Parts: sequence; structure tokens; C-alpha cells
Amino acid sequence: MYTLTPVDQVGIEERIARLNARSIKKEAKLEALKLALSMLDLTTLDSKDTPGKVKQLCAKAIRPCEAMPELPSVAAVCVYPNLVRVAKKALQGHRINVAAVATAFPSGMSSLKFRLEETRWAVNEGADEIDMVVSRGKFLAGEYDAVADEISAVKEACGKAHLKVILETGELSTLDNVRLASDIAILAGADFIKTSTGKIQPAATLPVTLVMLQAIRDHYYRTGKVIGMKPAGGIATAKLALQYLVMVRETLGETWLHPDRFRFGASTLANDLLRQIVKEKTGVYQSLDYFSKD
Amino acid sequence: MKTKKSLAKEEAAPRLNFKTSWTYQPALESTAPARIAGRYELFIGGKFVAPAGGKYFPTINPATESKLSEVAEAGEKDVDQAVRAARAAKEGAWGRMPAKERGKYLFRIARMIQERSRELVVTETLDGGKPIRESRMVDIPLAANHFFYYAGWADKLEYAFPARRARPVGVAGQIIPWNFPLLMAAWKIAPALAAGNTVVLKPAETTPLSALKLAEIIQEADLPPGVVNVITGAGATGAALVAHPGIDKVAFTGSTEVGKNIQKAIAGSGKRCTLELGGKSAHIIFEDAALDQAVEGIVDGIFFNQGHVCCAGSRLFVQESVAKQVIRRLRDRMETLIVGDPLDKNTDIGAINSKPQLEKIESYVKAGLAEGASCYQPECALPKKGYFHRPVLFTDVAQSHRVSQEEIFGPVLAIQTFRTIEEVVEKANNTPYGLAGGVWSDKGAKVFSVTSQLRAGVVWANTYNKFDPTSPFGGYKESGLGREGGLHGLAPYLELS
Repeated sequence: MYTLTPVDQVGIEERIARLNARSIKKEAKLEALKLALSMLDLTTLDSKDTPGKVKQLCAKAIRPCEAMPELPSVAAVCVYPNLVRVAKKALQGHRINVAAVATAFPSGMSSLKFRLEETRWAVNEGADEIDMVVSRGKFLAGEYDAVADEISAVKEACGKAHLKVILETGELSTLDNVRLASDIAILAGADFIKTSTGKIQPAATLPVTLVMLQAIRDHYYRTGKVIGMKPAGGIATAKLALQYLVMVRETLGETWLHPDRFRFGASTLANDLLRQIVKEKTGVYQSLDYFSKD
Repeated sequence: MKTKKSLAKEEAAPRLNFKTSWTYQPALESTAPARIAGRYELFIGGKFVAPAGGKYFPTINPATESKLSEVAEAGEKDVDQAVRAARAAKEGAWGRMPAKERGKYLFRIARMIQERSRELVVTETLDGGKPIRESRMVDIPLAANHFFYYAGWADKLEYAFPARRARPVGVAGQIIPWNFPLLMAAWKIAPALAAGNTVVLKPAETTPLSALKLAEIIQEADLPPGVVNVITGAGATGAALVAHPGIDKVAFTGSTEVGKNIQKAIAGSGKRCTLELGGKSAHIIFEDAALDQAVEGIVDGIFFNQGHVCCAGSRLFVQESVAKQVIRRLRDRMETLIVGDPLDKNTDIGAINSKPQLEKIESYVKAGLAEGASCYQPECALPKKGYFHRPVLFTDVAQSHRVSQEEIFGPVLAIQTFRTIEEVVEKANNTPYGLAGGVWSDKGAKVFSVTSQLRAGVVWANTYNKFDPTSPFGGYKESGLGREGGLHGLAPYLELS
């Protein structure tokens, strides 16, 4: 029922090496750093998260660096459902979305009924975006229709909220599987496809993201419909973020170089972006002590 | 199954927009490390000497059309001097040297190429127009690797050819092209020296500088005088070298036309000959291939080094069921290629090597259009000065068109479609050439079946343009005689008894 699109891992890695050879300097670098900052889903997903911590994170989301008020805000704050209300309140009056991980994040190992209920609750609490996890067990067992049905059901439960579908590529073992899971998620109604929960290693990688971008591109070719992409987990440095942007630019082009279409799910990336921005502006690196750790 | 209607719909589907608001800035490599002198002499008998005729010719940077340096033009007298020097070295110090010591010299040259790699990288790009990324990633490291590889064989010839006695052929006259100047010099010199020969090398007139820098390295490495001689000049110099009675072997890489002339010239002389000539290699994409990776292979196959590659995959055969998909992806991919200053680290396609070559490419593009093919070029900007050509796709191409029959040696791809395996194998082999080929399929059995049916010296599966010193390279039919690289590359330089 689903068309298998073969992916050659060696070829993907060669393409990544080629893309990574792009030299991004000076103005182009500064622009890309700002773009990456604006694409952040500033994330905190610890069981020890507190309302206070989420409020601090929201302050950082609004104004990433006090010393540079001209910098853009991030795209969204990503939290557990029980902290959505806190985040929503802290971000009032700002155009920053609140994303909630739902559907028994990070494992997804619960009943569909419960997972739909959790989704509806998170949306009701004010979440603008829902980051769901797919049932990897079902996918690996070849129950593709069941996976698609679940995604469609969650999409319906989301109502107006945007749906990001986390494939947890670190558990899918091959790039062929990554491609197939991307195709299933897209056809089932995902607004974004996302690599990882951040709880499983490896999380986002460049090869996996490239395969997912190609799935997005092929869907665009077929339907003209634009699906977003979110690599998440393991993107801690500005240099790596820039490599992702180069890949987006050369795979999908202008339309996707926008926070509505491409996001970074990350927690520590923000400070490295800020540090690099300061470096580009002043020529010197500052100690990380000068950047707030929220 | 795709109907005609769905194909039409696919074609009309939205195009991606690669004119992005965020772009890369030029990241220019400095020209200072090239350290190019104002004038270069001939390298004969271990010394740099002025040409007997006192003539020099300019070598220019094809990206700017400005003169880089001037280079001695070797006449018949100089050729004779060089051949005599090579003979003297063969009969003298080099011929008497234990094989192990020969190997040490080759290792030394390899290391010195690495030590001076930055200088050689920039020189290669300035003199030939190729993107600095390719000089750095491919040309210079591979050249060093050829010396490393053949260095190891120097004292192991009896293992290379068991139960046979291996003796050097003598003096080799070697003529190399302008597309990979230093790499071709390494391909020629390393096996010849490992086998115990001495050489007279003539680099191409548009790209002599890296071979002259290699001569500097050879001098600094303290090779006995005359083991390697480098004489610069155009076709006449090469012809004088080929005709010289003092050489025992000719090794030539270049056009099929010149290759034929060389064979005529040495007929009956007893000189041995290896020729690595032109190609019009078939690149075959099956419907079950990993198409995105195949597109990368296609791009690499035809746009690498501006298409100045003898084994370029210049004839693309795509199975009809995926033809539209492949062409669309290819077109979008071409929009992201950066054509421009070869010194820019982000440049994908640099300058065409010379004005005559640019004119030749332009005339083929005209011929393709005149014969009824459809042409697609990306909308990239070109520098105002210098010799540049945008990459070209020709579709609606017939097997009889010149663009699918003749070697263009530029960034021009002729695309045909096919339905069955039998059909594509027949078309792929229906050419006077037989240098290389490529097959893309996710099915292993199909890959082995098709690759074994292609009459070409090198066939890649699910990749293209991969080179390694250990792998033999050479052509069937009008693509050449003999093999270079690997163990096979030693044989033409040995008298085996």
C-alpha cells in the first residue's frame, strides 16, 4: 500500500559531506545564526521541570539576550502538557507558540484512547502545537496502517493546533525506515515531521534529516503541500545548526527557510548561537558565563 | 503504474525556489600560497634550463583571462636533450640503483607533495580553472596517493608478476592533458619510476605549472639528474617527443584524435604505447534505484571538473517510469550549483579550461539545439570575465544526435530514456568509445548483470567518478589501450619475460 522509496546510506553520507563543505562566513554566517535562533523550539522536558523554570525559559524565548534586544524571539517553547498553561501565560502578548509533547511521550506506550485524551487536554490547556510520538513497535512490526490511523486520530484531536509527528528515528535502524515512516506521517496528516524525542540516542542527525527533507520535497512535488521539518536532540552547536540550514537551503529552498517550516528542537543550542553572534559582531568569544542558562 | 495524465500533473507541480534570501558569501582562497614565478624553464637533467630556441609562451588563468606566468617552449633540440638525459640516467645511477632505494625516492616525492599541498592546490586552480574544493579534495591528495601506492611496488615487482622476470622498458615519453594536470603527471611518473624507467614528461600547454612545481619537488627530493625531465610546449613538442628515436615507450592521455596520430607515428618503430583517450560514458538509472542518490551521482558524473573528465557520465539513460521524476530532481539540484570563481570554496563549477574549449562546448550546445533536442540550464549568474559555461541538460535526445555521440568534454548532459534492460545495454554499448559507465539500481542481481554487459573499462555501481590508485583505469575501443593504476598500471612499464 505504501510505496517504498529506497535510500542509499552511503550516498546520503556523501551528500552530507559535500553540503558540510559549504563555507559560511561573515554576513552570511550572522544572518544564518539569527535565522537559526528564530527557528528554535526552546525545550525543557525534564520530570523535574517547575513552573519557575518554564517562566524563565519563556523570558529567554521572548528576548534571548538582554544585551542584544534586536535579536529575534524564538519560534516556540516546548514543554510537558501540565506546564502549558504556565508557558502560555508567560508568553502572553508575544508571537511565540507553546508546543506540548503529548501521546504518552516519549515512549507512546499507552492506549490510543488515553493518548487522544492527553492531546485534547494539552490543546485545551492552550497548546498551539502538539508533538506526538508514533508507535515505533507497530511500525517496526509492519503495521503501517495502524500507525497511520493513530496519527490521523491525533491530528483530529489536535483541532486547530499544529501536529508534529516524532518518528524517533534513533529506533528505526535504517534510512529506508526513516523514509517510509516520514511518508506515512505526511500522508496521515502531519503538519511537521520531527526526528526525535531527545530521550533516545542517536537523536537528530544530518543524514536522517536529509532523508526526511527529501520525503517532504517529494510530497510537495506531488501535491504542492508544504510540510515542516523539526530535527530535535543533539543539536548543541551553532556550527551544526548552520549545517542543517545549508541542507534545508539546498534541498528545499526558500520556502522552508522560515520558522513556520523548519524548527530546531534544542535546549542548549540557543546559548551557542548567541555566543557566535557576539563573536561575529565583536570578533571575540565570550565566556558562557555571560549567557543566561535557563 | 503511472498514467500519462499523472505524469503531466507531476510536471506541472510546483517548483522549488532556490533563489533564497539567505545566501552564502564568497569564501575566497588566497592566491599567495601558489608562489608562482614570473617565468619557468625546462627541467632537463636535474636542472632548470632555458629553451634552445629562446621562446616562451604565456599560461593564463582561465577564470580571469590574465597571464599567470610564462613558460619555456621546448623545441626539437630540447626534446633531444631531455631524452638523452633520461637515457643517461637509465644507463647510469637510476638503472644501477637497488629497487628499495627507488621506492624511497617515490615515498619522498609523495610526502613532499603533501607538504606543499596548499601551494599545489592553489596553483592547480589558478592555472586550470577547477574549483578549489576539487583541487583540495581530489587532485592533490590523489596525486600523492599514486606516489605512495607505487612506491610500495618498487621492490616487490617479482611478487607483482610471479614467476616472471620484470625489467624496466627504458625511457618513457609521457604526454598528459589539462584536465587533471598534477594527477595525470602522478599517474604517469609514479608507475614508470617504480618499474625502474626514466621519463620525459610533457604537460599540456594550458596547464604546465603544477608539473613544473612537481619538477621542483623532484629536484629537491634529490632524484638523480635525468630520471624525470619536464618539457613544456604545445602539440609540436609532443609530436617531437613521440617521434624521438631514443624513447622506448609512449604514454599518452588526451583526445582520441591525437591518440590515433600517435599510433600512426610510432607504427613499426617498436615503441610501446599506452593510450588513455576520450569517452562518452553511459550512466544508467533504473526505476528501482535510490533516485536522490542517483541524482547526486549524475551531477558528480557530468559536472565534476566542469565535465572535463574523460570518464564523465555524459550520456544519461533513465528508465521511462522514473524519467520525469529524475529530470525534475536533477533540474532542481542544478539550481543549487554555484558556478563561478574557482578560488571560492563554495564554487561547484569553475572555469572552462581555455577559450577554444569554451567555444567547442558552445558549438555543441548549438548543434544539440539545431538537431532538435530540448535544452535546460539553471539561472545561475556567471562572472563577467573568464571562460564560464552554465551546466546544460539536453532532453529529447536521439542516439544519432552529435550531443549523444561525440565527446564534448564540458558540463553538458544528454538524456535518453529506455524501457528494457536489453534496450539500454544495446544503446549504452552503441558508441565508438568504451571508457566508463555507471549503473544505479537497488537490486544487486540487476547491477551485476548489467555492469558485466557494458563494454567499458571502468563501471561503477551506485556511485560514479570514484578513483583510487589501486584500481586499474582504461578503455575499450577508441577509449584507449592498456591500463593505468593498480597492478595493471605497472605492466606497460615492464619488460616481462
